[in-house]
Amino acid sequence: MPTATLVRLALLEARRGGLAWLALAGVALSVALAAFLSQVAITESRSLQTAVVGALLRAAAVFLVASHVIASIRRELDDKRLEMMLALPLSRTRQYLGRLAGYAASAACLSAAFALPLLLWARAPAVAAWAISLACETALVAAIALFFGLTLAHFVPAFAATAGMYLLARMMPTIQLIAAGPLAEPSPLQDAARASVEVVALLLPGLDAATRTGWLVYGPPTAAAYASALAGLLVYGALVVAAGLFDFHRRSL
Amino acid sequence: MSRDERALSAVPAWVHAVLVAALAVQIGVRLARPGGAPAASDLPAAPPAAALRLASFDEPEAAARLAMLYLQAFDLGGANRLPYRELDYRRLVGWLRAVLELDPRSEYPLFSAARVYAEVPDPQRSRIMLEFIYEEFLRDPNRRWPWLAHATLIAKHRLHDLPLALRYAKAIDSRVTTPSLPLWAKQMQIFILEDMDELDAAKIMLGGLLESGAIRDPNEARFLEHRLEELAQRLGGKAVK
Repeated sequence: MPTATLVRLALLEARRGGLAWLALAGVALSVALAAFLSQVAITESRSLQTAVVGALLRAAAVFLVASHVIASIRRELDDKRLEMMLALPLSRTRQYLGRLAGYAASAACLSAAFALPLLLWARAPAVAAWAISLACETALVAAIALFFGLTLAHFVPAFAATAGMYLLARMMPTIQLIAAGPLAEPSPLQDAARASVEVVALLLPGLDAATRTGWLVYGPPTAAAYASALAGLLVYGALVVAAGLFDFHRRSL
Repeated sequence: MSRDERALSAVPAWVHAVLVAALAVQIGVRLARPGGAPAASDLPAAPPAAALRLASFDEPEAAARLAMLYLQAFDLGGANRLPYRELDYRRLVGWLRAVLELDPRSEYPLFSAARVYAEVPDPQRSRIMLEFIYEEFLRDPNRRWPWLAHATLIAKHRLHDLPLALRYAKAIDSRVTTPSLPLWAKQMQIFILEDMDELDAAKIMLGGLLESGAIRDPNEARFLEHRLEELAQRLGGKAVK
């Protein structure tokens, strides 16, 4: 079971690398901040805490997973451990997918840990929907981070590319809305800008529909909306994995 | 976590000195910065809701509530004898509208509009806020009627504008279709036309809201009880005079 070994190694690395402590610190900080903010709120104190903790933990999960995956893969490359692993009788595909499964498993553990404090303010079905969606979203981020970690030569460019892509995907619906604003003057330049925004949007994951803080505040989404959000993440995940495998097979390591 | 470290004495003395001096300067600089709540005149023009959404990386629920906390810091309990006297109410309405657009289901903006900003002892500002509440009520009457009900009381008892109060009361009666609308709210017109003082009317309304389960937040319940006590003290003072 070489794939299972790779998963176990990734989980072990996450534990020894202090990911659990960072997660705990993230939970403590966001809960403390929310408690402070709720003291100054004159109404909706509960939903304020839920919304702030949900939004902060989502961002923290993505940041931790992306930095962990890139640091891990860069370390393997820099220490020449990846080359040693490739010498083993294990196909590149299995090596790549095994690592990704390990990172996705770490991301799922992190999502479960981040969902627990939300049970203080939100209902269990909403928290469960949020947690599953966060696990899928962070698994996608792990796939993107693995792709950039292997493709780009250093940590900073790889992290910047992952974070940039993630943030752009989160902001894209608003950018599209602004681009299509009725107050914008119709001109060829404006049309070209709008068309480019639409094209870029086609190449990004639909993160705006996933892991919504609104689910925690106002209740879980409908089954159709939820399934559509998760399906969007899975489709994009398959695209990133395919791109990553393509690049990994072509690399001369 | 273990690290191979050299003794503290291995660090040159000047590095210690620079570290301590830099820390002292940093603390000094921070202490020298003027603090305190922002002045009312500092309230900038409201950004479009889309810009707020963009700045929050598409977290509208969190952004709406944080924007309300930001907004309520302006001119709150400052040195002003009259609260919110310096606040530009047109800008304020712009902010409240943007926050509502960001999260239309949040009750925070209309709660603040009705219970905080409309209750200022300045009829002109109060009217601006009441009209904002009325306009927003029309967009979602079944959810937003409690704020217009409070606006109705303000129009009658603070502004002494009976036609305005009746206009709001009629709007509640004609626009709200939810079966959960309590009888007192449905019959608000009678309630307004009756010769009832502000405290009794406020008590009926608050009691009705608490009974119907519309107020669930402990901070909100505390705030409203405090307001009721203030109102009782104010009206009690008038009666003595």
